[in-house]
Amino acid sequence: MSETVNLTTPLSDEMVTSLRIGDKVFLSGVIYSARDAAHKRLIDLLDQGRPLPFDVQGQVIYYVGPSPAKPGRVIGAAGPTTSYRMDPYAPRLMELGLKGMIGKGKRASTVKEAMIKYKALYLGATGGAGALIARAIKAVEIIAYEELGPEAVRRMVVEDFPLVVINDTFGGDLYEEGVKAYRQEPILSM
Amino acid sequence: MIRELNVSKITETVKSLCIEANENLGQDVLDGFQQALKNESSPVGREILEQLLENARIAREEKVPICQDTGLAVIFLEIGQEVHLTGGDLKEALNEGVRQGYGEGYLRKSSCHPFTRANTGDNTPAVIYIDIVPGDRVKLWVVPKGGGSENMSRLFMLPPSAGLAGIKEKVIQTVQEAGPNPCPPTIIGVGIGGTFEQAALQAKKALLRPLGSENPDPELDRIERELLESINRLGIGPQGLGGRTTSLSVHVRLLPCHIASLPLAVNVQCHASRHKEVIL
Repeated sequence: MSETVNLTTPLSDEMVTSLRIGDKVFLSGVIYSARDAAHKRLIDLLDQGRPLPFDVQGQVIYYVGPSPAKPGRVIGAAGPTTSYRMDPYAPRLMELGLKGMIGKGKRASTVKEAMIKYKALYLGATGGAGALIARAIKAVEIIAYEELGPEAVRRMVVEDFPLVVINDTFGGDLYEEGVKAYRQEPILSM
Repeated sequence: MIRELNVSKITETVKSLCIEANENLGQDVLDGFQQALKNESSPVGREILEQLLENARIAREEKVPICQDTGLAVIFLEIGQEVHLTGGDLKEALNEGVRQGYGEGYLRKSSCHPFTRANTGDNTPAVIYIDIVPGDRVKLWVVPKGGGSENMSRLFMLPPSAGLAGIKEKVIQTVQEAGPNPCPPTIIGVGIGGTFEQAALQAKKALLRPLGSENPDPELDRIERELLESINRLGIGPQGLGGRTTSLSVHVRLLPCHIASLPLAVNVQCHASRHKEVIL
């Protein structure tokens, strides 16, 4: 039976291992945005033995490239981008203590294995609901790579960001399980 | 009789359509969500559909983009052959409209260099398709196209022996493999025939047809319904979390092709199916 849980960052091993696929999460606290270009740069830094612009220990990364904030607003639309493009980089960050990733879409088996090994969660946000999700984002500050525009790394303060656990620390996959109940054989008259 | 049209009018129109398309989801798509809500039995699927309706309402009322991926700006133009465009370079006028729309509308700039990934900064160049048609009017569509669903699109150069059965199989395979990635419930544009590039362009054009409208060709209409039913039996559902609403609609366009070929393009469109058109 799936549950509804309120979580606040930073996340501990106990918190992430208590959750299962299908659990609904309202996430609050500080999270960091990073997508394609920022991930490449983060991994390049690690390869050079240099420090990251933020400590990933216990943290959550949101795969998002927001639209610009209109005057008087904290952020524009800010829904998730497709996560598989970050698959080549994600295990390395989990090894350093990253506890959560927010995005949409399937992850590679290497990422799911790393989630079991390093105890981290993959949380799904509703793709294409950028205006709705923006309401949960209360403060935003660019902390690295401003020249990347929408791809800059942002420190965000969120309140009750609505998410669902897609992959847990036990190898569960909501995309695979959720579909089973509704799958029927195709009927095609050729 | 030649009709003159200053390209500054086109710039102004493109600018306002870029903003309007990104903030104001079409009524046909909203109706599609409502219809899907009636058919969807998955509780989480229903919840997602409700969220999408709420998201569209917030975007419209607060004038923020429906989705942060405000797309590459795809522009279709049909120019009447009796129109004389004055006042400057047409393509520059279109790009200037995109520049102004994405700048003043606080829309995301998503265009970058393929290798360096350096952002062009103003969402240009626009993706422009121009057709010359009879008459003295200019019809213009602005279609912001997101990357997530575009990435799940496919082109197949099938052998003619694959036939209609092979076409259907590849369309369904494309949707199956895409799974949750392109933000279902999707709209599936299918281009059959033509050449390599024509198939893809037909698939994209198919996305412009309003949801819920019939294909004027009865045979294609039947194929569309059959494909939609099969796709919705995959169980992928809204956001890929399981359900009966994987796609809202399938739109097919067809062209004659070479005797050696059977090109097929499948252009996947996310639920934020944004396009606005005007006639000048």
